[in-house]
Amino acid sequence: MKIQIKNGRLIDPKNNIDSKLDVFIAAGKIVAIGHSPEGFVANQVVEADNLVVCPGLVDLSARLREPGDEYKARLVSELQAAVAGGVTSLACPPDTDPVLDEPGLVEMLKHRAKQQGLAHVYPLGALTRQLEGKALSEMSELTTAGCVGFSQANVAITDTQVLWRAMEYAATFGFTLFLHAEEPFLAAKGVAHDGEVATRLGLKGIPSAAEALALSTILRIAQETGAKVHISRLSTAEGVEMVRAAKKQGLKISCDVSAHHLHLTEHDIGYFDANCHLKPPLRTQRDKEALSAGLKDGTIDAICSDHTPVDDDAKLAPFAEAEIGATGLELLLPLTLKWATEQKVGLLQAIGSITQTSARILGVPAGDLSVNSDADLCVFDANEYWKVCPDTLKSQGKNTPFTNLELAGKVKFTLVHGQIVYQQRT
Amino acid sequence: MNNPQLDRDGNLKHLLSIEGLPKRILNQILDTAESFVGVAEREVKKVPLLRGKTVCNLFFENSTRTRTTFEIAAKRLSADVISLNVSTSSQSKGETILDTVDNLIAMHADMFVVRHAQSGAAHLIAKHVPPHIHVVNAGDGRHSHPTQGLLDVFTIRKYKPDLHNLKIAIVGDVLHSRVARSEIHALTTLGVPEVRVIAPKTLLPAQVEKLGVHVFHDMEEGLKDVDVIMMLRLQNERMNGAMLPSSQEYFKTYGLTQEKLKLAKPDAIVMHPGPMNRGVEIDSNVADGKQSVILPQVTYGIAIRMAVMALLAGGSPAQQQGTGGSPTATAGDAS
Repeated sequence: MKIQIKNGRLIDPKNNIDSKLDVFIAAGKIVAIGHSPEGFVANQVVEADNLVVCPGLVDLSARLREPGDEYKARLVSELQAAVAGGVTSLACPPDTDPVLDEPGLVEMLKHRAKQQGLAHVYPLGALTRQLEGKALSEMSELTTAGCVGFSQANVAITDTQVLWRAMEYAATFGFTLFLHAEEPFLAAKGVAHDGEVATRLGLKGIPSAAEALALSTILRIAQETGAKVHISRLSTAEGVEMVRAAKKQGLKISCDVSAHHLHLTEHDIGYFDANCHLKPPLRTQRDKEALSAGLKDGTIDAICSDHTPVDDDAKLAPFAEAEIGATGLELLLPLTLKWATEQKVGLLQAIGSITQTSARILGVPAGDLSVNSDADLCVFDANEYWKVCPDTLKSQGKNTPFTNLELAGKVKFTLVHGQIVYQQRT
Repeated sequence: MNNPQLDRDGNLKHLLSIEGLPKRILNQILDTAESFVGVAEREVKKVPLLRGKTVCNLFFENSTRTRTTFEIAAKRLSADVISLNVSTSSQSKGETILDTVDNLIAMHADMFVVRHAQSGAAHLIAKHVPPHIHVVNAGDGRHSHPTQGLLDVFTIRKYKPDLHNLKIAIVGDVLHSRVARSEIHALTTLGVPEVRVIAPKTLLPAQVEKLGVHVFHDMEEGLKDVDVIMMLRLQNERMNGAMLPSSQEYFKTYGLTQEKLKLAKPDAIVMHPGPMNRGVEIDSNVADGKQSVILPQVTYGIAIRMAVMALLAGGSPAQQQGTGGSPTATAGDAS
């Protein structure tokens, strides 16, 4: 199958390209950019006039809910959501049921995901067995089975000796740890940022210090052990400052922010909107601005969707009892574009934060449009507005704080390994 | 964001929280309650405003006092009343709140009085019920207890009619108190110029000053020249832990004694939402003393709840047959 993507605005952050160029694809690979290779006859031409052609998006955190929570979402529904959102590669946290701490489970997940022929799935293995924070998982075996890194999902390791050993062991082999920085005792039973809104609504708060304390521990141990650490979903101004300082010191640190936290604050909880029950909690305007500034100056490397499909019933409960999470795969691109527009950031940089940098962090072959690379692409209209309607989302998880919001950025085509896996219906 | 408590004409549709209610509506409730105070003194303690209506007391969290006052209030308005203690029935069998509510809607309830251990539960139910059903929050988590807040203001107004010239101190566990939040919103909305909260830092929520209160950690300092002292209940499980070292230490530092009461204005009144922990947050001499208005609070609680239910069900005080009356309690009645 040979495909020519014609007349699109090609944006490839890794190769610093932002130009009107055709893309030529054959046998799942990009075979040429700009000029047609000799003898290339396309089986299909994708007209991309007035559209952006960029690498397929790479999401650092998307829950697929399989195995174990199929009533919340299924692999097929979420991978369809991924490609509908232009996401061609995603990392999934290990907090499935059973937990991804066995090589066999990882192999099965990889196999089942591959069968769908949609987005590439890169599992993060459990850093400790059962995520209990006690015994290390078989990291090397899990890597062989297909894990690209290790995570505790939202479960903190309370025993710093275990955390230290985990980092030491991971550093031995160069594995990346994906850690969410939240001190568990300070955050216990908390459901919102410990501030004005939580006080007004009578919700148990999670102080910003919970992130700073955990981060301080992680960074200190990373410094001692030389471990490669990725901080997942930073949420506070202080956290951004700490990562900035750590990077200056030369630590092997990277971090991401969720698309939600770039746009929402504690005030969006309004009258107990359970769609805003997220982890980490939505913070203050000052935090939101610091996250934005951190993303702009490169302190924050990437934006993730933190896609967490939740069934409707689990949200129909008082705020604290409503399940944490929101759908995000189909909103990652438009929310990134919205951020870029608001912050006057160019498309090259914005798209880089959901393609090139996230691929680099995961260490996977994705996120660029170099010749000979896999033909994973997203073709979208940056100027087309669409309304976020739960019914039209492909994801089984319909809950989002952005319901009814009009967002610019509509995916027209998604290609994975040279095949069109999503095409917007006209 | 529309206030879910108000209908499109700005009238009260549900009573979920004091926050967000305009002064006009708070005064309307207080004035309506005024006209209901006398009902209790009549031989037939009933008015027909809610005749034919079914009020459902839906208590997901145990409470005898509040449930009883709502029950009495509804019955005095001639409503049919069902009281369900849901925490021991459907919920324990795994039914969700909204399943329970749906069943009661199917039984044609007209009003839900809801108490729940989680903040926001009443909002959730109000969002779910059809337009002809009204929801009254009878206490949700730490969030709100609006009728308690209103009855406290009503009581204050009885003894200190000029709210614009008062200093009021709220003492104790503000962090966990839905009563304190409701009182603060009610008092600040109605124009009380100085509302103080007095507590150790462990019992104050983050940025509490943003609610419009002055924060004091020293009780002696905080009580100086106040007109009203509102004591809050301190739950025993918060003693002897990380919140407070011991009940003895708490009583010594934040318990209201005759000595500390002398720091307030000589005619200051003492209030407590009950039930009281004597010897922990309040000395018996003070609780039963001549400045205490704790029992009148309970009496007025029924009038306030009648007013809220009457207004929600569409009854206008002018249409009430033979209601009216004057306050029955004065300072010192409870002693």
